[in-house]
Amino acid sequence: MKTTYREAMRAAIRDAMQRDDRVFVMGEDVGRYGGCYAVTMGLLKEFGPERIRDTPLSESAFVGAGIGAALNGMRPIVEVMTVNFSLLALDQIMNNAATLLHMSGGQFNVPIVIRMTTGAGRQVAAQHSHSLEGWYAHIPGLRIVTPATLEDARGMLWTALVDPDPVLIFENGTLYNTSGELADDAGAVDIDYAQVRREGDAVSLITYGGALPATLRAAEELAADGIDAEVVDLRTLRPLDEQTFLASARKTHHVVVVDEGWRSGGISGEISARIAENALYDLDAPVARVCGAEVPMPYPRHLEQAAIPNTSRIVTAARELVGVHA
Amino acid sequence: MPEFAMPSLGADMDEGTLLEWLVKPGDVVHRGDVVAVVDTAKAAMDVEIFQDGVIEKLIAEPGTTLPVGAPLAVIGGEGAAATPEAPAAVRVPTLAPPSGTGLLVESPLVRHRARKLGVDLADVVGTGPGGVITRADVDAHAAAAPQVKPKRRPPVAIPAQARPPVSPFARRRAAELGVDLGVVQGSGPGGAIIAVDVERAAARPTPVAAEPGAPQREPAAPVAPDMQAKARAMRKAIGQLMARSKREIPHYYLSTTIDLTVATDWLHQANLDRPLSSRLVPAVLLLKASARAIRDVPEMNGFWLDDEFVPGPGVHLGVAISLRQGGLIAPAIHHADNLTLDELMEHLRDLVSRARAGRLKQSEMDPTITVTNLGDQGVDSVHGVIYPPQVALVGFGKVAERPWADGGMLGVRTCVTATLAADHRASDGHRGGLYLAAIDSLLRKPEEL
Amino acid sequence: MTTTQIDDAVRQAIGAIAPEADLSTVDPDERLRDAFDIDSLDFVRLLEQLQNLTGVTVPESDYAKIATLRELTAYVEAHAT
Repeated sequence: MKTTYREAMRAAIRDAMQRDDRVFVMGEDVGRYGGCYAVTMGLLKEFGPERIRDTPLSESAFVGAGIGAALNGMRPIVEVMTVNFSLLALDQIMNNAATLLHMSGGQFNVPIVIRMTTGAGRQVAAQHSHSLEGWYAHIPGLRIVTPATLEDARGMLWTALVDPDPVLIFENGTLYNTSGELADDAGAVDIDYAQVRREGDAVSLITYGGALPATLRAAEELAADGIDAEVVDLRTLRPLDEQTFLASARKTHHVVVVDEGWRSGGISGEISARIAENALYDLDAPVARVCGAEVPMPYPRHLEQAAIPNTSRIVTAARELVGVHA
Repeated sequence: MPEFAMPSLGADMDEGTLLEWLVKPGDVVHRGDVVAVVDTAKAAMDVEIFQDGVIEKLIAEPGTTLPVGAPLAVIGGEGAAATPEAPAAVRVPTLAPPSGTGLLVESPLVRHRARKLGVDLADVVGTGPGGVITRADVDAHAAAAPQVKPKRRPPVAIPAQARPPVSPFARRRAAELGVDLGVVQGSGPGGAIIAVDVERAAARPTPVAAEPGAPQREPAAPVAPDMQAKARAMRKAIGQLMARSKREIPHYYLSTTIDLTVATDWLHQANLDRPLSSRLVPAVLLLKASARAIRDVPEMNGFWLDDEFVPGPGVHLGVAISLRQGGLIAPAIHHADNLTLDELMEHLRDLVSRARAGRLKQSEMDPTITVTNLGDQGVDSVHGVIYPPQVALVGFGKVAERPWADGGMLGVRTCVTATLAADHRASDGHRGGLYLAAIDSLLRKPEEL
Repeated sequence: MTTTQIDDAVRQAIGAIAPEADLSTVDPDERLRDAFDIDSLDFVRLLEQLQNLTGVTVPESDYAKIATLRELTAYVEAHAT
């Protein structure tokens, strides 16, 4: 079946609503408008205003309401328009959703799913374009997933809803329009493991989310040069499936971490550190990183494109790393 | 400043005695130049340098025994890695003088400005109300005063990097392969030694290596070590290597007797016109045929490393040479398959005389296959022991007349028995047989060799 | 050339190839190869030395006639001018 990332996500929501009547969607413009990125388009008509709920423009309030609903047994899917806006709900996410199980001595779990759009590339400037999933991955008590393929867009939501604890789904805005074939019977997928999207033995390109397509294209370009790159899609940033990327590093001895987020204090540093901690003696070169430029996201298209990882930067980094021995 | 270090002239050599310097401070050297003579358990060897530059200083005195990797000389000048530049000096602002009693300093802005311009406020005459120093006074004073240089922190001396960086994986591989990093040339970014450099170095071993973990010898060996001790050391080294070969390499052996009549007749004919100095010996034909036959069966030429066959970078034919004082060494004739018989003869004479004089070069210790010829000792055939990590050893017995049956007739022909000892991990008997057959067929057409 | 000169030349030539050899104890009828551990390459070098010292060139066909010290000395004596 030919579909898009957006439609796959919508199919996942519809499927979840049909399977479990405790599931409902809540967020800004998710109902009548159909969602800022049109993910929930048509669902209001299908499921009615009780289960597809438009909310006031107050992230703290509606995320907090979602946490309350989850505590009382519901299975809310809360949509936050962009990751930048989620900062208004950071208190609810971090101080309540992530901590209550711990603070109640295991009595209260919070089975909420929060979806949000992340990343640049759509010319919506410095207040709507950042990649802060690495920040959220800092917080114990949350599970952070980053679907980058149609299968994961279709399959991660249900597994997240089944999880008894809060799960944050980060959907990179550039992925909504990606299209491709999805199996008719595509369904739930795990949210525990990284996946090798392309096998290779010369260099490991470790990435996730919005940077995956550029990284796969880079691997193709490198293959034309005789450099056989392996692409690892992390899929889940917390908890990190380090066994998969460590195995890849041990196999290729060269690692480039590709992350649209900022480099300083980002998830790319965490990946690098884990490799240094566990696979140092397998490295034939220092770990290289291709990250977002450390600036507030520019608005002009050429500057915005220059600020995020692209194919040529990934190719260059990999070539330099592998050096003359390609 | 880069250093020239005691090289490892064998996979397990751990120290060497500097016999002689062939350069002096101030000499310009180029990669590949022979700069010193170093004595090992094996023999005195000419040691080459691997970089361009100028000899700044000779550190080691001839006669001293030093561990592998110990600095012998300092290389500088063009071609040497540039000394890292000192970091840009950091500006340290001069401190403002304490506001002494009666000193009319007013605003924080004036103090800030004075600090920034390096002006001592005690020297400034105030023109403001009541003689207060204003911002303009500070600026005027700074403009009038000779340029006051802000104090700079003395440049931090960055110690010269004595060794190129080594990747962790390369270190691990070096430990696994028994490679001494002190002599590996880095090809990674910034000259870093990376795994492939180590693997290349491992594929270029000296044929007979000093044994690992040898008991510490006398700290300062005499320049000409006692011959008996030397012979003992070499015996021990050969013993270690041959034991390793028999322990690790599953040898298989093949032999075939080759009719050399055509070849020896051709050789006699060819030698008729030649002065003594350019006469060919039969061994040259055998060496050439052994080298050329590699083209048909390349898997005899190379190394068994890390559970796989690594082809040799060329046919570097090791020639086993017995030393008059006992022991043997097998240096290589590079690209022997591409040499004419005359060139090969020339190389062979040169190699034998230098081997016996103990003046082999480090770069000659990289054979990819070895030939041993015991015909002069009168043996019929030799079933040899492979030099690890090579995968084949070719042996020749004596060239002699023998009864030979051919086409139902018995005749007398000049023959030689060629043998092959080969590593069964790298090849099978069938391929080994083809290799000997290729040698046979090449020797039937000596004029084409 | 006198016999003494020829004898000296042969000794000198052998000494150059096999420096450790003690000619005073060598049986003049023992094969050179066995007495001095001389291989085919050494043999050619020995003949070269002799040629330089005495002017006598040995063709390959005569190699078999000079297998011992006595034969070698006699051969040089017969061919020296």
